[in-house]
Amino acid sequence: MTSQSLNQTLDHWSRFTLRQRVMRYGGFALTLLVVAWALSSIDVIWEWVWDAPSQMGDLFGRMMPPDPSNLPSILEAIWQTVNIATLATMIAVVVSLPVAYIAAQNTTPNKFALWVGRFILVSSRSVNTIIWALLFVAIFGPGIVAGIVAIMFRSIGFLGKLLGEAIEEIDRKPVEALEACGASRFKVVLYGIVPQVMPAFFAVAILRWDINLRESTVLGLVGAGGIGMILQGAIDTFNWPEVSMVLLTILALVVFGEVVSSYLRKKIL
Amino acid sequence: MLKISKLTKRYGSGDPVLKELDLTVEGDQLTSVIGSSGAGKSTLLRCINRLVEPTSGSIDLNGTEFTTLNRRELRAARRRIGMVFQSFNLIDRLTVMENVQSGRLGYISTWAALTRRYPREDIRHAYELMERVGIAHYADKRADELSGGERQRVGVVRALMQRPEILLADEPTASLDPKTSEQIMSLLRDLASELKLPVIINIHNVTEAKEYSDRIVGMRYGRIIFDDLPEKLGKGEMDEIYAGVPAEDRAQVGAAA
Repeated sequence: MTSQSLNQTLDHWSRFTLRQRVMRYGGFALTLLVVAWALSSIDVIWEWVWDAPSQMGDLFGRMMPPDPSNLPSILEAIWQTVNIATLATMIAVVVSLPVAYIAAQNTTPNKFALWVGRFILVSSRSVNTIIWALLFVAIFGPGIVAGIVAIMFRSIGFLGKLLGEAIEEIDRKPVEALEACGASRFKVVLYGIVPQVMPAFFAVAILRWDINLRESTVLGLVGAGGIGMILQGAIDTFNWPEVSMVLLTILALVVFGEVVSSYLRKKIL
Repeated sequence: MLKISKLTKRYGSGDPVLKELDLTVEGDQLTSVIGSSGAGKSTLLRCINRLVEPTSGSIDLNGTEFTTLNRRELRAARRRIGMVFQSFNLIDRLTVMENVQSGRLGYISTWAALTRRYPREDIRHAYELMERVGIAHYADKRADELSGGERQRVGVVRALMQRPEILLADEPTASLDPKTSEQIMSLLRDLASELKLPVIINIHNVTEAKEYSDRIVGMRYGRIIFDDLPEKLGKGEMDEIYAGVPAEDRAQVGAAA
């Protein structure tokens, strides 16, 4: 009797029940609907879209060949860009350390500090670098200082968040041992936590420097110093050969950043 | 002399893990605490230096009452108790010397700790102890490059660097192979007599406990039910220590109360 009923049920198997299947198809249909609605509401001018390939060819023609006559000032601006990224990363690393410390569940001194730390991280990360830059250009005036502070503000959130997570993932056992031998809180951090977080710290700092190098190239668009200023000027004056020269230099810079950061990663980690 | 009296520990609102426990350890005795998992051995050890906060009772080490100390005083008092752990609890990325010197963290200045400029006296002491346990040639190696037995030796030296008045070892051999385990046990026994240091060891391996200890304490569900010389531990006592399940035991206690 039981084996018979078993046989009856055993040749039937489906991944989803009827109800689940209906829900899934409903979900697909809904997604399609949303995509269709989104496409119809963005008001695309299709002539311009179909026109794009020939426009691209035209622009490319005007960019060729790149014009190196302004190269000295481009290189100077690139150097400025590297400086913005590097200085801002260094300052942000220092500032993010205490933030990470109070924003990590296992090291925060109290609930209030935890929320202060989290608030700093979230507010730093929720504002884009360009928007920070607009803000600081208004405060410091156009130039490299606004750029550095903008990059720094955006980096604190990124570094603090990832460092805080690294702190939360440490092995608690060495910490227990140090507490057992009567070490003060600061020394426990120094010997028990810092060595464990070190690899993550360097990895995150190098990664952020790499990102900042790229972000600082666009800062000039809002007047916050660096190569972006020259780019903006060249675009505004339709000096396309110089634009292509600037783009090539940025490409070289990004490749340079990639090489340096992967070298450092190998060297340190 | 360590004198524990009426020590009770309760996690949350549940049944106490330690129930009005009394224990006195003195001299250069090596005392082994045995008992099944959940008997409260580890909690007992951690209550002594207040890694676990006791609920009530008194812990007196050579005249210092531990249960009433504030945070500062407790930190200073903890220097006098060395502790060795089952999983060694070393800082993997630091060198053996740094790990060993971390036992002195309670004594040295923050600056000295940060710059690794340890006092000469501490360095000399560290080399002596490392020589004694056979790891002196590893001083500059990273702790995670060592084998289990070597790592536990680092753990022991770290604890001894504190110049402790008592040594607590929480299942120091449970992560080691049988041979290494015996080496560590005999090392602890020898150190106890060489340094006139009382040692309390939590241990699961009863054979080892009998071989290396001067005294055996058998715990069952928060109480000491055996406390005597190793040779007095017979089959009957063993059965009593390791028999039963917690629920049964608690039911009995409830009925008796």
